[in-house]
Amino acid sequence: MEGKRLKFTIISVFVGLLVGAFILLAVGFNPLEAYGVMIRGILGKPKYISWTIIQSTPLILTGISVAFAFRTGLFNIGAEGQFIIGALVATLVGYFWNLPPILHAIVAMLMACLAAAIWAGLAGILKSKFGVNEVITTIMLNWIALYLSNAVVFWDQFKRPNSEASYNILESASIRFPKTLRSISDFFRAPVNWGFIIAILVAILIRHILKNTTLGYQLRAVGFNSDAAEYGGIDVKRNIVISMAIAGALSGLAGAVHVLGVTEEVAVLAAMEGNGFDGIAVSLIAGNNAIGCIFAGLLFGALKYGGYKIQPAMGAPSEIISIVIGTIVFFISMPKLIEMLTTLRAKRKRGGEVESK
Amino acid sequence: MSKMKKILALLMIAVLTFAAVGCSGGDKTNDDKKPAEQTEEGNKTDGKQLKITMVTDVGGVNDQSFNQSAWEGLQKADKDLGTKSTYQESHQESDYVSNLETALDAENDLIWGIGFKLSKAVKAAAEENDDVKYAIVDFSYGDDTPDNAVGVVFKQEQPSFLVGYIAAMMSETGKVGFVGGMESEVITAFDYGYHAGVAYANKVADKDVKVLRQYAEAFDDPAKGKAIANSMYQQGADIVFHAAGGSGDGVIEAAKEQDKYVIGVDRDQHDLAPDNVITSAMKRVNVGVYNVVKDLKEGKFPGGTTVVYGLEEGAVDIAPTSDKHVPKEILDKVEEIKKLIIDGEIEVPFDEDSYEEYVKTLK
Repeated sequence: MEGKRLKFTIISVFVGLLVGAFILLAVGFNPLEAYGVMIRGILGKPKYISWTIIQSTPLILTGISVAFAFRTGLFNIGAEGQFIIGALVATLVGYFWNLPPILHAIVAMLMACLAAAIWAGLAGILKSKFGVNEVITTIMLNWIALYLSNAVVFWDQFKRPNSEASYNILESASIRFPKTLRSISDFFRAPVNWGFIIAILVAILIRHILKNTTLGYQLRAVGFNSDAAEYGGIDVKRNIVISMAIAGALSGLAGAVHVLGVTEEVAVLAAMEGNGFDGIAVSLIAGNNAIGCIFAGLLFGALKYGGYKIQPAMGAPSEIISIVIGTIVFFISMPKLIEMLTTLRAKRKRGGEVESK
Repeated sequence: MSKMKKILALLMIAVLTFAAVGCSGGDKTNDDKKPAEQTEEGNKTDGKQLKITMVTDVGGVNDQSFNQSAWEGLQKADKDLGTKSTYQESHQESDYVSNLETALDAENDLIWGIGFKLSKAVKAAAEENDDVKYAIVDFSYGDDTPDNAVGVVFKQEQPSFLVGYIAAMMSETGKVGFVGGMESEVITAFDYGYHAGVAYANKVADKDVKVLRQYAEAFDDPAKGKAIANSMYQQGADIVFHAAGGSGDGVIEAAKEQDKYVIGVDRDQHDLAPDNVITSAMKRVNVGVYNVVKDLKEGKFPGGTTVVYGLEEGAVDIAPTSDKHVPKEILDKVEEIKKLIIDGEIEVPFDEDSYEEYVKTLK
């Protein structure tokens, strides 16, 4: 089963690259050269590799967030808003609280998780109490999160004068590797941080929860068939709230890791940055598998980081590059998407048998 | 089983494709050809072709505003000065640092950061890589400017003064409006320059025009801009000037619906509403960008300083289409005022304090 999926995914990646190549060819750019630029841009120097990892880290975590909710039959489109809330809270804690190093970072991350869990839990409560579709509530919460974050950044105590961003987090809250490592390798020239390791640990933890615990069994049972789960004595409503809250915490952690490791501040956002939305694609590529999200996130992050290097190197308009990257992503996610949509529909309509894996 | 084989075959093809990609990557001839061709043009004027790149802010290169204008400046430099320019778009705030890093690796001679949002990232990059030149639009590091960096700022108060004068002279109701985006140094300069222009008109033409002022608190909220403009027109203002980016689109929309006059900003916005936009306070980022590139080419790169562009350099002005709505005698007066500003006879205020000072001198 797993092997077949993996093959399916790899083939889709190549189909995507192939179609992207045709588009490049059609507008008069050599696709081999373009992909060459991209691959060198990802793997060419140690620091490119570290940048790819840095860009991928939040995508891995939001990917796991979406995947987790999906296992309970919930479509968490709110990863974006949860990411924003997590980033905001992590910055607030990182700037205003005075705590010893390491502890400070951990507290900031936990507070970010908590806030985002409550944020997403709202959507869960609305769904379980009033049957409001989580797709609608999470999308709306995205916008509320965006404007809430902007409003807080404009707060005088928090906003750096003459800028559109907050003050930087204190040194003690940073999860970056020390700058002295720079002399060892080019790899450390980028803001390398503990985020990637945290993401891997979280992926393993989530896999463990889903596979080996009662909670995970209950959540999955609700996802397979909520009626059957209820008949079997599982509190479906409670599980929906728990699932959304955990998904929210994961996206919030993504935001926290991004702030504490890379940006060290939050800026006024004119629009959504897409870390959460890309998480949906990552989750699709990974087939909703937490461990798969690590690789899918790396692939996605690499495409985003390396792909946009084609533009200055070859002079292709950035729109073309966006189309090519979009096409690749489209093909990568499509088989999964179709597969999943059909199974989800079947489940919701008829309530199929509980799969055991 | 045959399915498996097919899949395997496909995979093999894919792997081969990748291998081919890898080869073309290692083989540098492809890359070297293009610059070589273009260096010939560059050779005519100078020994070495300058490589320049710009990193946009999250607005992207086609933002109808300063990113686009900056890119036009670089393209003009390519044509006139034989430089080779590229751009890199930022898609989120965290892209600034990595894009500047990529720009550095591409061995550019001059790296632009467009917009004050990049100020922190550009400064950090400039301090770390002192063999490369950096420049930033719309931000001044003041005395802290690194020796290899230059800040490019514009006297937006000057064209605002001119359009303020035009508005006051053309107003029939004795009330004009100002809609700002978000309060910042740049927008404040637009604001007080405009106020000063109205005050100047009141003095010289013996008028009593009042200014209504409100901020949209956003650069991307046309609905808010429209609501503010509508209420201003209802309060009796007949001309409104906006310095509110995307929110200003709503201001122009309101003018169109109510058939009132409006004044555009940054670029000539006449095309948005030909019957309503009487003039625009233009800020030509492209001119500023071009001039810095030219200075670099001539070996006069103004590193460690902040370059201020105003009327004198032709980097700010009123829109060329102003003659369609504004009477000729007013435009002639505007030309005279321009001279007075350039000669320093009129010092246009740019914030509250300098405005108070200025108003005192009028009495």
